[in-house]
Amino acid sequence: MNIAPSPLPPLDTLPTWQDAGSSRIPFWAYTDPQVYRRELERMFYGHGHWCYVALEAELPKFGDYKISYVGERQVIVVRERDGSLNVVENRCAHRGVRFCQKPRGNARSFVCPYHQWTYKLNGDLAGLPFRQGVKKDDGEVQGGMPADFDMKQHGLTKLKVAVYNGLVFATFDQDAPSFEEYIGADVLPWLNRIFDGRKLTILGTNRQRIPGNWKLMMENIKDPYHPGLLHTWFVTFGLWRADQQSRMVMDEHGRHAVMISQRNAGGEAKAVTEGVTSFKKDMALNDMRLLDVVPEYWWKGPTVTMITLFPSVIIQQQVNSLSTRHIVPSGPDSFDFVWTHFGFEEDDEEMTRRRLRQANLFGPAGFVSADDGEVIEFSQSGFRQKGADGATLCELDGRGVAPTQHMVTETLIRGMYGYWRKVMEL
Amino acid sequence: MSKLIRPQALPLSVLEAQYYVDQFNATYGDILDRGDYDAWVELFTEDCLYKVIPRENHDAGLPLATMALESRGMLKDRAYGITTTLFHAPYYQRHVIGVAQILNDNGSEIRATANYSVFRTKPGSVSEIYNVGRYLDLFLREGAGLKLKERVCVFDSEMILNSMIYPI
Repeated sequence: MNIAPSPLPPLDTLPTWQDAGSSRIPFWAYTDPQVYRRELERMFYGHGHWCYVALEAELPKFGDYKISYVGERQVIVVRERDGSLNVVENRCAHRGVRFCQKPRGNARSFVCPYHQWTYKLNGDLAGLPFRQGVKKDDGEVQGGMPADFDMKQHGLTKLKVAVYNGLVFATFDQDAPSFEEYIGADVLPWLNRIFDGRKLTILGTNRQRIPGNWKLMMENIKDPYHPGLLHTWFVTFGLWRADQQSRMVMDEHGRHAVMISQRNAGGEAKAVTEGVTSFKKDMALNDMRLLDVVPEYWWKGPTVTMITLFPSVIIQQQVNSLSTRHIVPSGPDSFDFVWTHFGFEEDDEEMTRRRLRQANLFGPAGFVSADDGEVIEFSQSGFRQKGADGATLCELDGRGVAPTQHMVTETLIRGMYGYWRKVMEL
Repeated sequence: MSKLIRPQALPLSVLEAQYYVDQFNATYGDILDRGDYDAWVELFTEDCLYKVIPRENHDAGLPLATMALESRGMLKDRAYGITTTLFHAPYYQRHVIGVAQILNDNGSEIRATANYSVFRTKPGSVSEIYNVGRYLDLFLREGAGLKLKERVCVFDSEMILNSMIYPI
């Protein structure tokens, strides 16, 4: 066994994926800075990919804005007078200043503090000081922009925007296909089940910084194998485990997915609890309100749908708890994970309280989700110590890629890396 | 010091409340830093409220918290989660709690606030500033001591360093 760390590859070459499939993911896919740079260009900024930036309900009024991210680039999402939404890059066209510093606010225009270049909410340059120069008392004009300076050429970078039933997505790629086309016919119905045009209410935000590669979070929610093993609450209370009726759905490219399942009574069941140390036979809650689940009319069967929309967001319905989880990458070995919990305007006070109580299961402190962040950190540490040679093994239920009618599978992870390899040309 | 600020404005009862609350907070921090979660639960009343909430939500009037426990029973469930069900890398906590500000004392209940910072130290690693914020408290006088009826931890820290396992 070779225990010496492999030498670093020369700076101008990208590593090579040795085999033909997508069931062995090389560690360099998570650690290599050049691979990461190509990911930013191709997955977050190009190749027709749409990225999540906000929920519409966060910006109810004309002029409301919030700072968000597409990949590592900071953008501003802002509500126009006519009710539409703009997404512009937070970078002044003059000297590159990240001019907007307040995370949320209301504005009629954006002004860069450095030289007061002023932009309309749609990103057009509205004006700049001393464009025509400064006229002295004797009539001489000093300075000014060149005569051919064209205001139209010097606005903020405008992103293409898709508002879909309360979700806001954006892309730098002006040739991107429509959002519906991007999501695809297999995944769209699951999005429509939650976002059918009902007005949303925002419950709040949680932010965590996870020291791991951003793809590990996508994998975590494409991995139906772990929840009934890592998460005591899921296996013990029957919220997610292998003896439930489940389906794994993906789009035609293998990039987006939905893990769908229906809750069962939990408790002991040899096939899925025997030898599982996280299963706690005698565990009972002291306060049952933490898991006071009330079925909702729009569920139509499934009690949980976990939607991964590549590359930027996870949409969670787990019983009465709903959230979007925005992935903001920051180098190959860290990402910020921003949770926005929401409900519907039609919710009564009881339902809102229930959603908030069940939020104790999710987020950075969640009875279930806190350990996901932890294992992602441990994964990254393991990759780092091995160097370029190692690979993860994702061969539960074979080496191919196909939707399934069960959860004893790693097919969705293989699907994502099949797509990743194609786009990355690696 | 050349100028004393309102020393005579503090009646003796406030000094008493000050003493009780500061002593309570010292014990509270010590209990958490030692990881004695059963003792932590005992510091609260039966129908207590315990929340850890980002300042961002608190200031915007949004209800979502990072931890939101509404009874001593829920605190017990959290304590069980920490010791038994939540898989995590261990870490030390070290609370540094500032002198409390007594806002109101009606003889049976005391409203107070105090600034806090919590440092995190993982095995084999350096100490980090983990969570910085302010306690918004409602204490109930009970016999010779106090119990927490409400503790809302409003934290400034815009990013949680991966996860939050232990209470603040």
